[in-house]
Amino acid sequence: MSEQWLLPDIEDADSAPFWEAAARGELVAQVCASCGRRRMPPRPMCPQCRSLEHRWETLSGRGTIWSFVTAHPPLLPAYEAVAPYNVIVVATREDPAVRFVGNLVESPEAPFYRTNLALLQIGAPVRVVFQEVCGVYLPRWMLETSERS
Amino acid sequence: MDIKDRTAIVGIGQTRFGKGLPESELSLACQAISAALDDAGIAPREVDGLVMFSMENGREVEIARNLGLGAITYFGEVGYGGGAGCATVGHAAMAVATGQCRVAVAWRARKRSAKTSRPWANVGSRVSGSAQWTRPFGLLRPVDEIAMLTRRYMYEYGATRDHLANVALACRKHANRNPNATFYDRPLTREQYMSARWISEPLCLYDNCLETDGALAVVVTSAERARDAKQPPVYIHAFAQSIPPQCQPMTNYFCDDPLRGPAWDCARLLWSKSDFRPEDVRVAQIYDAFTPLILLSLEGYGFCKRGEAGPFTEGGALEWPDGRLPINTSGGGLSEAYVHGFNLILEGVRQMRGTSTCPVADSPCCLVTSGEGVPTSALLLRRAV
Repeated sequence: MSEQWLLPDIEDADSAPFWEAAARGELVAQVCASCGRRRMPPRPMCPQCRSLEHRWETLSGRGTIWSFVTAHPPLLPAYEAVAPYNVIVVATREDPAVRFVGNLVESPEAPFYRTNLALLQIGAPVRVVFQEVCGVYLPRWMLETSERS
Repeated sequence: MDIKDRTAIVGIGQTRFGKGLPESELSLACQAISAALDDAGIAPREVDGLVMFSMENGREVEIARNLGLGAITYFGEVGYGGGAGCATVGHAAMAVATGQCRVAVAWRARKRSAKTSRPWANVGSRVSGSAQWTRPFGLLRPVDEIAMLTRRYMYEYGATRDHLANVALACRKHANRNPNATFYDRPLTREQYMSARWISEPLCLYDNCLETDGALAVVVTSAERARDAKQPPVYIHAFAQSIPPQCQPMTNYFCDDPLRGPAWDCARLLWSKSDFRPEDVRVAQIYDAFTPLILLSLEGYGFCKRGEAGPFTEGGALEWPDGRLPINTSGGGLSEAYVHGFNLILEGVRQMRGTSTCPVADSPCCLVTSGEGVPTSALLLRRAV
């Protein structure tokens, strides 16, 4: 079934470094080399100062759930087979306007579609984990617990 | 130069609505335009302007050849799907007002009822561009994208499913008075809404628009020429478009304020070009691919303050005949037909002509909006006095 998941084009010129970092287990964001503004999604030009120069900053991988949905059929076949499942938007600790779409998982290896949906809550603190799907490492998120890793 | 009241819609036409209609999109477009020209009493050879959605399958040359149009001296198209409707009419008005053409036609033809024709079904296994940040995580459909904003909106402002139901029920009640509406003979109760299956929580089946085959068209000409037309002119009083800063269509989660959608900047320009204020408007056709778009638009266009759209819908405020602001008086995308919002424009014209099946007699103008969440557009139509 996994070959039917939609996966990012990891050779996309603007975002390839993000997916390379994800494969190393790092959550990164593009930062303007001129004015220091972070931006997401990655793109060629800084909207604040129009610089074409940028660097990649490693984020803490921590944030909070900004919103979430539970998707039900009709869906694409691979996703329909595992519905209902959750999708979340995470606001990062470094910059609440730098947000990532992802999924809540219950352990670093647990499938996103097995998550107990009752765990979803806006504002809940989460930390990133990376899960490999057909050679691509996708950022997903676990609830922060008291025993921090 | 201002285009205020310098042009008018003098003809409207549409095909039947249905699922799996046998005609091609081009054929449907030709039928709708033909009907609109007959309604206006204008001959095809007088048409010299064409404006369409960029997603249209039937191109300008085919429209012109089939309908026997004259020499076309203005043609253009507007992008971003459901945000384009009012803009096609607005561009037609600007072209007529500035002398680029004398009679312009704007239209939308669409066959989308087959599941395989939905764009989210036609993606490859590798996705690029902005989709790479959403699709791999299962955020696949427009309803998922809007549900994400809706959940946050409910969290921030305390809006409830009852508020969303108020929108769905108002549209359905209006459709139940419109014999051309898909759901003309299908009433909807609050109990049915509340027990409906989820599509993308917090949105259920009845928060989603229809998927409809059909086509609609309008004819725009100068206010002077409109005086000789068969129908009372409906003046294009004001027009606006907007792509707000840092807009990412449908998945606008990455800007500073995702709940402040394209409607806000569109409204600012629209009201600045208008003799009317939101409190003067007694009837509106608001783009309703999903019920929460109505709440966001009520705030964006200034009918209530930010965060207050949920309570605004209470007490039948959106319902004909006694509500503060009856919306989507033909049933809208939720219950009449979903043809990318173009049916809202025709209903706005019918309101100003006095031919709506839910006629609001005391409104000097009708607001019509196009898709919220995408680069959008809006019209303020004015009644002939």
